[in-house]
This record gives sequence, structure tokens and C-alpha cells, in this order.
Amino acid sequence: MKLITHNMLQCHAKNCTKDNFPLKIEASEVAEQETEFNPEFIRRMLGRLEWKAFVSAAESLGIMGLPTEAPAESTEDEELLQLIHTALLEKQVIEGALTCNNCGHVYRVKKSIPDMRLQEDEV
Amino acid sequence: MSRPEHLAPPELFYNEDEAQKYSQNTRIIEIQNKMSQRAVELLALPEDRPCFILDIGCGSGLSGEVLSDDGHVWVGCDISPAMLDVALERETEGDLLLHDMGQGMPFRPGCFDGAISISALQWLCNADKASHVPKKRLKRFFTTLYSAMTRGSRAVFQFYPENPQQMELITSAAMQSGFSCGLVVDYPNSTKAKKIFLCLFAGAPEQLPQGLDGDEEAHTVDYAGRKGSRGRKGKKERAPVKSRKWITEKKERAKRQGKEVRENTKFTGRKRRVQF
Repeated sequence: MKLITHNMLQCHAKNCTKDNFPLKIEASEVAEQETEFNPEFIRRMLGRLEWKAFVSAAESLGIMGLPTEAPAESTEDEELLQLIHTALLEKQVIEGALTCNNCGHVYRVKKSIPDMRLQEDEV
Repeated sequence: MSRPEHLAPPELFYNEDEAQKYSQNTRIIEIQNKMSQRAVELLALPEDRPCFILDIGCGSGLSGEVLSDDGHVWVGCDISPAMLDVALERETEGDLLLHDMGQGMPFRPGCFDGAISISALQWLCNADKASHVPKKRLKRFFTTLYSAMTRGSRAVFQFYPENPQQMELITSAAMQSGFSCGLVVDYPNSTKAKKIFLCLFAGAPEQLPQGLDGDEEAHTVDYAGRKGSRGRKGKKERAPVKSRKWITEKKERAKRQGKEVRENTKFTGRKRRVQF
């Protein structure tokens, strides 16, 4: 699971509507896979990311040095964009779990695929 | 034509054997690839901008490859672990989720620039478990999808409806969730090549009509005054009761209802003379 996906995921169990984002990452195995750097895409995503959640998730996976405030979409700082690209699209959680802060539901991550299915009584 | 939906639920039907076909059988790959290309074409994404797309029922990631080729970033979800394993093997670029779409999409509002789905939607019309109610699952799926998409974006579903009722079920669920929708049928007269695409539009259309600008006075309207009588709008004036006109109208009405009515004569509606 990449952090771009993590930044979009929220807990969707029954009656869990408040404080269901972001899911807490507990990673036991992390990997990095190189992908093509596309500064324009990163720039477009800047406005759409929950920046605080993104920074704390990146720090929990060992990527430091992201600014506390989201940079403007028109930013020309290639180095910063490259760092965001690495955190957003290259760093991956291979094994671990995602926990909801509100209801405590645990979504397991296996072979880099989070299991978002719910039990029947949680729908 | 055999329907896989009738054989087993999707997480069981797409087992290792079935999933292998999607990485080896060139015919299946070609068909999937063509349908994906057509779906992406219908999605009408802005050409020079990389977008963030959701692939629902991504399976082995064949449809995602078409998106990657166009430079878009995608996230896929599927209910079959075996199919996702094949996707991992093929090293697709998108991120994968194991998820049942009938449980709703677990995303924040306004995440995606678009969504595609190839041959997945018809599975939602099945009730594979006692707790499954297709109508509810469709509703939940479409409402959560609607909120996960940005305003003005599109979702394109290629699917195989079993009968018109199923199509109706799906489109009405989508429309109740706020989408405006339309069906695109490719090759409608061929049984083999016929493909049905459901196109959903989230929110307002991309282009609003332009407001007027320029010479202001030319477009103003003079006070025109009231026209005709001051009576109520839209209602015909009634003839006075028992007048000849009133009677003939009444007879006309009865005739139209199929009742037995005397023909009009010169005596119709005449008063009798006073008798002693």
C-alpha cells in the first residue's frame, strides 16, 4: 500500500463516521519501489492531500524532512517535489495493519494489499 | 451464453485457475484490453493532465495497464485474492485493495478524477449470502462512490446486464445516489461484439452556459402590460348552466365517454312553453 492510497482511505465500519481518518499505520515490513517521477501529477495532488495525515504517515515509515504546511500548487522546488513523490508513490507498506482511531477496527495489510472488507454485522 | 455470476460468488469463482487465464490467455487479455481502452476513451479525461483514477474490480490489472500507459495513477480494488495475486505477479503500477464493492467505497470525499470498471457491476445484482440485498448493496456502492469522486468527473462501467430489469435496477440506484447517467451501447446489432457501457456523471456538467455580456440595453425588455382578461390563467370560461352551449358541451363529454346520447336537434336546450 502506497501513502497516496492511505491518504484517501477512511474507516467505513457501521456507525463509524467521526474521526475515522487517518487510519494509524503499524508497519512490520516496508519497501521502496522506484516509479516514474511526474512533477505535474504531484503538484495536482498537493491540494487534494490531507497534509497533516500525510506527513505523520510518512514519518512513521521513516521519511523525514517534509514541511509542516502543504506547499503551494505552483511550487517549482524540484527537490521537494521529488521527496513528496518518494513518500507518496514509492514507499510501500508490505506487511502490517491499519487501525481506526475511533472504533479500533483493524484492517490487515498482507503482501502490500490492505484487506478493506468488513464483517457482515459491520456493514 | 454461460454466466459466471450463476456459478459461484466472485471471491470463489475467480480462484487460482480462473485467475491464471487472465495472465496467460491472449484472447481474454485482448478483449479486456479493448474494453478498457474504450472505457478510458468514454471517460474523456483531460488530455495533457495526469489524473488519479479508481479501478473497481481491477482483477489482474489489465484495465489498469491501459491507464498507466496514458500516464495516469490508479488505485484498484477487487474481491478476489487470487486475481490480486496475479496483479502482483504482473507488477502493475497501481495500488491494490482487497474489497467488496457492495460494502461501499472506503474513501474520503473528492479523491478521484474518474472511475472505471470492466465486467464487474453485474456481480452486484447477485445475492450470494443471506445478508445480501442487491438493491441495498447497489445503493451503498453508488452513494459512497459519488462522494469519493470530484465534482464534474465521470465513472464508466462496462457490464453485462442479464435482462432489462437488472439494467433498470442498476441505473435507478445510480440516479438515486445523485449521478446523472446514460448508456452507451457499442455494436448493438451484433450478439458477440455488443458491449454496454454505463456512463455516470458526478455533479454539475463541466461546462456551464456562459453568462451574457456586452451591450446591456439591447437585452432589456420593456413593460408590456397585461394581456387579455384578468381571469384565471389556463382555464376556459364556462358557459352558463342550462344554456344551449352548456348542454351541448355536456353531451359531447358523455359521447366521448361512450355513453348513449341523443343527437342535437333544433329543440336541444329550448325552454318548454308555459302550460296551464
